[in-house]
Amino acid sequence: MRKNYELEKRQYIIGGGIALIILIYVIRLFTLQVLDSDYKKFADSNAFLKKTLYPSRGMIYDRNGELLVYNQPAYDLMMVMREVKPFDTLDLCNTLNISKEQFDKRIQDIKNRRLNPGYSSYTPQTFLNQLSGKDYGLLQEKLFKFPGFYIQNRTIRQYNYFTAPHILGNIREVSRRDIEKDDYYQRGDYTGDLGVEKSYESYLRGQKGIEILLRDAHGRLKGRYEDGAFDEAPVSGKNLKLSIDVELQQYAELLMQNKIGAVVAIEPETGEILAMVSSPSYNPAELVGRERGKNYLKLTKDPYKPLYDRAISAAYPPGSTFKPTQGLIGLQEGIIDANTAIGCSNGYVVGKFRLGCHPHPSPLGLVPSLATSCNAYFCAVFRMMVDNRKKYSTIQEGFDQWKDYLVSMGYGYKTGIDLPSESRGFIPNSNYYNKVFKTDRWKSLNVVSISIGQGEVLSTPLQIANLSATIANRGYYVTPHVVKEIQDTLLPEEFVKKHYPMVDRKHYETIVDGMAMAVTGGTCRIGAIPGITVAGKTGTAQNPHGKDHSAFMGFAPIENPKIAIAVYVENAGFGATYAVPIGSLVMEKYLNGSIAPERLWLEDRMVNANTMIFSNIRK
Amino acid sequence: MRSRDINVWRNLDWWIVALYTVLVFAGWVSIYAASYNFDDVSIVDMASRSGKQLMWITLAFGLGAMIMMIDARSFETLAPLMYFVMLGVLLLTIFIAPDVKGSRSWLVLGPVSIQPAEFGKFVCALMLGYLFNTYNFILTKPKNFIKAVLIVLIPFGLIVMQRETGSALVYLSFVLVFYREGMSGLVMIAGLCAILFFVIGVKYGNEIVGITELGPAVVLQMILLVLIGMVYFFVKNRAAARNMLIGMAAMLGIAFLIDKWIPLDFVYVGLFMCGAAVVYLVLLYLQLRYAKYLIVGGFSIAFMIFLFSVDYAFNDVLEPHQQIRIKVALGMEDDPRGAGYNVNQAKIAIGSGGLTGKGLLNGTQTKLKYVPEQDTDFIFCTIGEEEGFVGSVFVLILFLILIMRLIHLAERQRSIFARVYGYCVVSVFAMHVLINVGMVIGLCPVIGIPLPFFSYGGSGLWSFSILLFIFLRLDASRMESY
Repeated sequence: MRKNYELEKRQYIIGGGIALIILIYVIRLFTLQVLDSDYKKFADSNAFLKKTLYPSRGMIYDRNGELLVYNQPAYDLMMVMREVKPFDTLDLCNTLNISKEQFDKRIQDIKNRRLNPGYSSYTPQTFLNQLSGKDYGLLQEKLFKFPGFYIQNRTIRQYNYFTAPHILGNIREVSRRDIEKDDYYQRGDYTGDLGVEKSYESYLRGQKGIEILLRDAHGRLKGRYEDGAFDEAPVSGKNLKLSIDVELQQYAELLMQNKIGAVVAIEPETGEILAMVSSPSYNPAELVGRERGKNYLKLTKDPYKPLYDRAISAAYPPGSTFKPTQGLIGLQEGIIDANTAIGCSNGYVVGKFRLGCHPHPSPLGLVPSLATSCNAYFCAVFRMMVDNRKKYSTIQEGFDQWKDYLVSMGYGYKTGIDLPSESRGFIPNSNYYNKVFKTDRWKSLNVVSISIGQGEVLSTPLQIANLSATIANRGYYVTPHVVKEIQDTLLPEEFVKKHYPMVDRKHYETIVDGMAMAVTGGTCRIGAIPGITVAGKTGTAQNPHGKDHSAFMGFAPIENPKIAIAVYVENAGFGATYAVPIGSLVMEKYLNGSIAPERLWLEDRMVNANTMIFSNIRK
Repeated sequence: MRSRDINVWRNLDWWIVALYTVLVFAGWVSIYAASYNFDDVSIVDMASRSGKQLMWITLAFGLGAMIMMIDARSFETLAPLMYFVMLGVLLLTIFIAPDVKGSRSWLVLGPVSIQPAEFGKFVCALMLGYLFNTYNFILTKPKNFIKAVLIVLIPFGLIVMQRETGSALVYLSFVLVFYREGMSGLVMIAGLCAILFFVIGVKYGNEIVGITELGPAVVLQMILLVLIGMVYFFVKNRAAARNMLIGMAAMLGIAFLIDKWIPLDFVYVGLFMCGAAVVYLVLLYLQLRYAKYLIVGGFSIAFMIFLFSVDYAFNDVLEPHQQIRIKVALGMEDDPRGAGYNVNQAKIAIGSGGLTGKGLLNGTQTKLKYVPEQDTDFIFCTIGEEEGFVGSVFVLILFLILIMRLIHLAERQRSIFARVYGYCVVSVFAMHVLINVGMVIGLCPVIGIPLPFFSYGGSGLWSFSILLFIFLRLDASRMESY
């Protein structure tokens, strides 16, 4: 092996260098620890107590400035284990209305480092949270008897209207996972759960402040560090202004009581959601305070699933509300024009295949077909499109083009609404059917029922309402959203931008005519509102869960649409029986402020109807 | 070729084993002290951190015994394979690791989490040894040099991409190995000067005396001094060095005189002087045709470019939290809630320990959880507070002995592979100890790297143990000819 004595000497430079730095460190330690007694004094007499100052959470208003959600004070009972001296346990238990066993259990839990990894006997630990004002009052007087116990002020949510729990959401204590994901949170903090409380958490929560206090070795407070020079004031959370009209929301909830389903009302021009109901619902105030856990459990166990937001999470067969999309695709593809008439022999019949329809004159053009909701017409249009071999070389190509049209209209994917747990619905692609039929040689006839919103296609009530808004706008939509304004902040770009589906805007007027005719002389006649022009489309969706679902989508006024709506009532039968009246009443209420006297009987019937009895679900 | 019959256990360096044992157990007690609460039951309670650390320690000894069973030659043969597998794992980690407070460096495999960057160190060290040991390898050949640098920089880059800058910086300590194996000492000096100029440039960057910016003006004068030093020691032209020194003093004197009447910007004065020095060096080159003058001249120009890019590098390359950490270490900024708060609390904890400390488990500063990460990166605080000056110096000296012993072992190796690997071990330990302790006592910026054998955590302990034991295994077989 080569030896290089010149290089071998370098070991002394390396070793010497390291030794030199260690020597510098030793000198530094000597000055810190032995020469400089300041640090010792500092540690002995001064230790920091970092006290968190909690910001107030942003408040929530409706579109008219009506206050919906605000904060109320709550009181957490904290304890510092080291400072606890023997005291009358029974007295404390009685004051707090807990048993001796509960008390002991709580102390054990606090000390258990598995449950409470950040535990230190020197730092405040939450003993009991959210004392009521009454308990707080009682305890406050006696607190001096219980050394080591302190009150920490917190705020919890208070509701002015017991409405729209799925939109508003609520707050809960952070979990361990929340803390791991975001180190802003500490144990005992609150975070948004469900609704806008969750999706706008980062705006609502504000910024915690800090107060640095000094304390001595015995833990006694000695005032503020450097007169508060390093304190930080908390920054309040930003207020939200929802696009919801709380009056309309409550009215829609009233109409939906004792029914399973959803109502979504959108202002077409802006994509703002005016009301959104998922029924059965619950009172958001139930999920506040110390009863939260109990009530939450009760709601999760309810077989009607009130926590489930049917308006955005439930995927239903759209039924005949799907037909306008097929009309639009047919027009855009040039297969039909407004005057193309197609015959219907009480159903769509090809050889042995038969898909039933209801009696109506035949043949019909596009507009009356929409008005009467003719199945044969849209089945035929669908097949002409995907079987157009001049344009598409295979059925797969034609079918995927069909799918792309629907995706461009907001189906098959999440719309991107600013609420958690939205479902994407389902629009199959050709690959899906290749797998289902285990061959790529399937025929358009095999899948024709999807053209009338049956079969595999599924959509959320929100997507149906979004289609209604798109037709109302004659060819565009803005991503639906429930927040109209964030204090001092611009609304995200996606809630302003217009989306144009793949259908030219000139084709929409024909569809609007069809939907108008449905109200004036078709399936939606009961939806007519005195003095206002209404466009609508019924839907009656077969489903495996019992009686047909009743669906409606529509908008009004036709010339200058102010509201577009979708109503979906599970197991309620024909669209015209429940969904159309509810939808038209909500629109009438919004546009006129009240219901015309000659329609009050309808309102009364809707409010008192119970369709839950038709559902297969039993308590 | 005789290998199997050598008794590994007899040839094992028991000095290192003893030091290792003392350090590991001192670390264990410190973790117990750092995470101790008065109501905790026992040092071996498996739910506590000290209990878990004891388990890691036991397993680490088992691991050491296993490494001793491996044929020493296989480390060299397997080095390239292991190296490329490691690069793959590091790359994969960037994409599949969960985001933990901004860094993506932990691989979660069921109940255990490991940090591949930790284990990459010994693999990278083996690979360096492998490369340096290839036939006819001379580091100063540019091609070889680039290869060696790449071996270090590729894992370095991957770990930076995992947002674990601290762990990545440790790889840069391999520069010591390069130096030992023949890299020019000028590179080391240049590196040290760069750090010094950076520190002065940043610290005094915004201070103005008269119309002069203090930072660059001082650095320019220092560049001149370095130039003169190089002419003296490197070119060995003492007369020229003397002339330059006299010239420098004269020009400065004249500048100060003029400054009395007309205010001068000493940055320009410095630039002028450096320019003059470069011209002088070029003239000397033309006269004597000796290339070293040009090298020295080139250095001075490089330093000047560096000086004027410090501002850019500081403000545009470093991220805000890194800028703050550097400013805090330089005493330029108080940041009582962020990095400065931690360091300040660490200093209070250590300073309050006094000469002999408050006694084991009696530290209040660490107990009260004022010091962050007190059982991982900031564990030296607990030692400082509870064992005082005596205890902390004792720990530092233990590490110094370990490092010196490792240098000694490295030098006695007969294969280049083992020697290079040994120096890698020296570099990693030195870097960890110096940076970690320096950070806690406020002499370095806060860079989150653990103190070997002391900081809590299985991943760290094991990687240091493997690193060390492989070297012990190589050392035990040093007499074998291979």
